[in-house]
Amino acid sequence: MEEIKKTCLHDKHVAMGAQMSPFGGFDMPIQYKGIVEEHNAVRNACGVFDVSHMGEVNISGPDAERYVNHIFTNDVTGAPAGKIFYGMMLNPEGGVVDDLLVYKRGDNNFFLVINASNIDKDMAWINGHADGYDIEIDPLSDDLGELAVQGPDSEKIMEEVLGIACKELEFYTFKESELDGKHILVSRTGYTGEDGFEIYSDHDTIRSLWDQLMDSGRVEPCGLGCRDTLRFEVGLPLYGDELADDISPVEACLSMFVKLDKPEFIGREVIARQKAEGAPRKLIGLELADRAIARHGYEVLNDADEVVGYVTTGYRGISVDKSIAAALVDTRYAVKDSELKVRIRRKVFPARVVAKKFYKKSYKK
Amino acid sequence: MSKIYYSPSHEYVKVDGNIGYVGITDYAQNALGNVVYVDMPEVGDDVEAGEDFGAVESVKAASDLIAPVSGAVVEINEHLIDNPRLINEDAMNNWIIKVELTDPAELENLMDEEAYKAHCATEQH
Repeated sequence: MEEIKKTCLHDKHVAMGAQMSPFGGFDMPIQYKGIVEEHNAVRNACGVFDVSHMGEVNISGPDAERYVNHIFTNDVTGAPAGKIFYGMMLNPEGGVVDDLLVYKRGDNNFFLVINASNIDKDMAWINGHADGYDIEIDPLSDDLGELAVQGPDSEKIMEEVLGIACKELEFYTFKESELDGKHILVSRTGYTGEDGFEIYSDHDTIRSLWDQLMDSGRVEPCGLGCRDTLRFEVGLPLYGDELADDISPVEACLSMFVKLDKPEFIGREVIARQKAEGAPRKLIGLELADRAIARHGYEVLNDADEVVGYVTTGYRGISVDKSIAAALVDTRYAVKDSELKVRIRRKVFPARVVAKKFYKKSYKK
Repeated sequence: MSKIYYSPSHEYVKVDGNIGYVGITDYAQNALGNVVYVDMPEVGDDVEAGEDFGAVESVKAASDLIAPVSGAVVEINEHLIDNPRLINEDAMNNWIIKVELTDPAELENLMDEEAYKAHCATEQH
């Protein structure tokens, strides 16, 4: 067993009495006051997350753009500096190695943000597909911390508490600047369905920014518990639940982030075929009339009680006060408003197929 | 006069004659966080000591309920159907099922309050 990792804010979480639990190889805060309070703070005001467990890698050099387009499903060709792309790295079978953000810093200079649980796998993948490309791969996961400032009050908090001007930042763009002589990267991104920002910097700077935010008394410290309930309600996927090495982006309903007009990228053939002919499975939303909760891995059944899929994530929605779930099912059963069933322990409950965006996003356009 | 017994998996049974009121402890509700659903058996079901008879679900996860004693379910706490948060508010007084004990000798395998407190202390590290 590899030793569990700690973020640069670990001692502060423990001192604040957070409930800690392993996630993605890190000992992370799951909650401080409680998931419901923290969830509502992000929907209604402002919450701050330590997301320093996320991995980062920089790719630069004469072939960097061509290389990123080779391993990444979205199209970064000729994009302006400051733009961010969401997409995936695929294996040749069309399964998802990881989903990630690509930040275009400048010509042939890209900053990739990857999932904590996949850092080792991704680094091996990135290094393993670099042959024939004149690029430099700089792993940055151990050097950088990251904070997510999320919720409708985020812009005010960023400007008034941290003194980081960000009014002009559009959704999915970023800027790099100096703050008290330290380099910071700030993007208008997040994983909650609300307006918000993510800040990347060295450990000392992240610790100082965290302290300023906590001392202001204007933000709620948030754990990964509510990060999951927030992202799930707005239909954002989590690697390990809705995405995996054997789930394709077409199955996960993320085709719009796969650009088939690009001549070449790993996994392209399978995705082109699935887009034309349909994929075997599809991710759907389910709504239960009962209060019972369909959790990850529970079986989804058809009318004849045959297993036709499984639940990827399920909760008692916090903003949507219902028992809701996402499930990966045989495409034949992905019919909106039809009735399926979910086996929850020793009972079977009816569930209606619905859109998997249970709650409306409030991004700044 | 009722006496309270505790299991290592954090259920309690408050015994009054041959009737046991089974719930989860304050320590357990605190560890779970916001309770959003209680999966209960039906009246008339038999529960068996050491076997699961339902679950308490928090926002985060489902946690199995393990019967501390064997017996027949004579009543379920129907207030928990619409208001599962009662468990967070007062776990010791919001029992989940009322059981008619079939083997009171099983109580000897459970802990008293002092032993249970010591048990919780060893889990908190």
